[in-house]
Amino acid sequence: MVTLEDYNSTVPNAWCPGCANFGILQALKKALVELEIEPHRLLFVSGIGQGPKLPHYTRGNVFNGLHGRTLPVATGARIANHELTVIGIDGDGGAYGEGVGHLLASMRRNVNITYLVHNNQVYGLTKGQASPTSDTGFVTRTTPLGAGQPLNPVMLALASDAGFIARGFAGDIDHLSDIIKAGIVHKGFSLIDILQPCVSFNPKNTYQWYRERVYHLADEPEYNPEDKRAALVKAEEWGDRIPIGVIFRRERPVYEEQLPALKEMPLVRQELDPQKFEGLLSEFM
Amino acid sequence: MALDFNVMVGGEAGQGVQSVGSILSKTIARGGLHVFADQDYESRVRGGHNFFRIRISEGKVLSVSEELDVLIALNEETVHLHLPEVKEDGVIIYDDEQIALDPEDERYLGVPLTRLAEETGKSKLMTNTVAVGAALGITGFDISALETILKEEFSHRGNEIVQGNIAASGAGFEFTSNKGNGNFWKRLRPLADAPRRMLLNGNEALALGALAAGCKFIAGYPMTPATLILEYFADKGRDYGAVAVHVEDEISAINMAIGAAFSGVRAMTATSGGGFSLMVEGLSLAGMTETPVVIVLGQRPGPATGLPTRTEQGELAYVLNAGHGEFPRAVLAPATAEEAFQAATKAFNPAEKYQTPVIILSDHHLATSYTTVDKFDLKDVIIDRGELLTEEAAKEMTDYKRHLITDSGISPRSYPLQGKALIVTDSDEHDENGHMIEDAGTRIEQSLKRLRKLDGLKKEINAPEIDIQPDATFTLIGWGSTGNAIKEAAALLEEREVAVGTIHFSELYPFPAESVISDLREAKKCVVVEGNATAQLAQLIRRETGIEVSDTILRFDGRPITAAYIIERLKVKVW
Repeated sequence: MVTLEDYNSTVPNAWCPGCANFGILQALKKALVELEIEPHRLLFVSGIGQGPKLPHYTRGNVFNGLHGRTLPVATGARIANHELTVIGIDGDGGAYGEGVGHLLASMRRNVNITYLVHNNQVYGLTKGQASPTSDTGFVTRTTPLGAGQPLNPVMLALASDAGFIARGFAGDIDHLSDIIKAGIVHKGFSLIDILQPCVSFNPKNTYQWYRERVYHLADEPEYNPEDKRAALVKAEEWGDRIPIGVIFRRERPVYEEQLPALKEMPLVRQELDPQKFEGLLSEFM
Repeated sequence: MALDFNVMVGGEAGQGVQSVGSILSKTIARGGLHVFADQDYESRVRGGHNFFRIRISEGKVLSVSEELDVLIALNEETVHLHLPEVKEDGVIIYDDEQIALDPEDERYLGVPLTRLAEETGKSKLMTNTVAVGAALGITGFDISALETILKEEFSHRGNEIVQGNIAASGAGFEFTSNKGNGNFWKRLRPLADAPRRMLLNGNEALALGALAAGCKFIAGYPMTPATLILEYFADKGRDYGAVAVHVEDEISAINMAIGAAFSGVRAMTATSGGGFSLMVEGLSLAGMTETPVVIVLGQRPGPATGLPTRTEQGELAYVLNAGHGEFPRAVLAPATAEEAFQAATKAFNPAEKYQTPVIILSDHHLATSYTTVDKFDLKDVIIDRGELLTEEAAKEMTDYKRHLITDSGISPRSYPLQGKALIVTDSDEHDENGHMIEDAGTRIEQSLKRLRKLDGLKKEINAPEIDIQPDATFTLIGWGSTGNAIKEAAALLEEREVAVGTIHFSELYPFPAESVISDLREAKKCVVVEGNATAQLAQLIRRETGIEVSDTILRFDGRPITAAYIIERLKVKVW
């Protein structure tokens, strides 16, 4: 049996007191325990930012790579061993800025990875610059005239036909934990955009600001997350009311399940035998 | 004099230059003769001027010659461009019903290629097959070898196409038999009892070598001249248990290969200079996380897009220094298809033993030139995964440190799910457990640990091929694909009683200084021959040995270095 203890790390935590990352970490641990995934069956791949330090503060296999490059590493690792549960972790800078090309390609490719984006609409690690999701007019040292048009990750994911698109709120841990669970269970790529107040650098989008606005999609019984048109309407909704929950879900062929080389067993367990390539040599003769 | 027979097929892109050249090469190789064929093409799909040049001999040939015995001109421009290369006793085959030419001498041999194709093969599309037949007819080569090749090439398109091609080739063969230049004495004959050889290019040899070495994963983005490696993997991987991912960009390619390698498989990527530039950040990541990864860099002329379909050796200095921060790496530079196969089978061993990136420097000339080789012996392929834990050890292990400090700098390696231990690494400086740190002591320890691996890595690098002549007028020094032209130049000069020594590097870094320094000191007049403008090997030699070479022969016009080019420059510069 897997317990929360299994996911407790002894590595000293470097997050700010009151950081919303603590809530996300708690929600993630809860999801992993409830799914009974043992830490050694799990691979966390993360990039650079405050959020991507998360794998050090729990337990699992960890590849903490470069800024924005999480998804390619996660993809390679998952294809090499598809028995691993692979969770990618980035902030809004890594996911929607530096690595946005990889995000688009990953959503199209549909490798079974659950991608958690700690979206606090600001760069925390580099101390307070605007991010791709900062609200229009957000004034920072790199955007003294105010940030421009924000990127809408849910709309982007819908346009890319991602098979699982959800939004959580770091201040609503049980709800967030449930959608992380659904994302991990989903076969294929899952994007989970997590609204996260930044207590140090984002004075606008605070806990209070979010609490006044977020509502659970699940409370709207008529909402069908398999209806793409309805999802497009929800993707546009931002301001007085912000929907959280599973926004869109559709089963699509999973990339690694199509690969003939993976039919028998994971690549990593296959024997290396030069002799078996004799036939290929003959093709050149 | 030994047989040295040169054929060129030239025409526009889209006319089938490559297919004529390829079928002709295969036919000659099947007849037991050696073939070396290179391709010259422009960065376009239709039009322009392309050629495919085949050198044929009874012994091994490794470079091209600039003199032609037979020119197959699929368009008029080819005749005008290459006439100066056709020997006096050579033959120019062209379609005299399609190309209005005023034959100037006996070399011109008009063959109604298109008409013969329509009459016999029932299709204009078989014009190229008529041309192959005509080329064999003029040389008197055995047509049955061609029929076999045509069956193999076209059988998947049905018997009608096969028979049409055979008829078309026969018509061309018959038409030119006993015709043409009265001076034309050259005769090609299949060699009886010659062993069946492989005919392949450098890219194919690299891909084949990587597969044989157990590489299970390649990620790449198409870029000339390395694209074929990804394509070959994608094609053969289906049946041979490997995965090729065509990714969104080269940044993704290297990171994906790193992810696969972290997960425990042998993984690689292949690109050219521009793509490699995008990979450089990831190269440093591999160094820091101690993840084995193999990168093939097929060089072409830069900077930027440069001459995308041509050759150069301009990226040696770049790969030696690429990547932010300090970390160990190895650089291999095969000269031939055989060496390319060996380099690809070898590269994964040092990569895994020292858990660091290994770069194979190829170039357009090596990548796209076809050559006959004795069948590779798969028994020679040694797979050494270094200090990778055994399954048993991994199962028992509980406390694992991915970056354990050791004397050799090598930390025993495991991967997720090999056992139950957790595998943790970080692009941030980290402690032995892989967790990020800030303290100076750990930083120094980990930094030195990584760099200590260079000591072992050095021992993996082969000495250059050294042929020092005590009475040499000069010593030619080269690396990678120019090695063949250097050896051939030395042999040709020897025939003229000029003694020439040669030193050829197929493995460049860590630089094998100890194995070459005394020879470099003794060698007479060292001339470095390279396909770049800044003599990058000469710079490396100076950096690693303090020795300044006497002179350089450089080529950076996008064309391969040939023996004739070297001899010509030697006359001008140092003779």
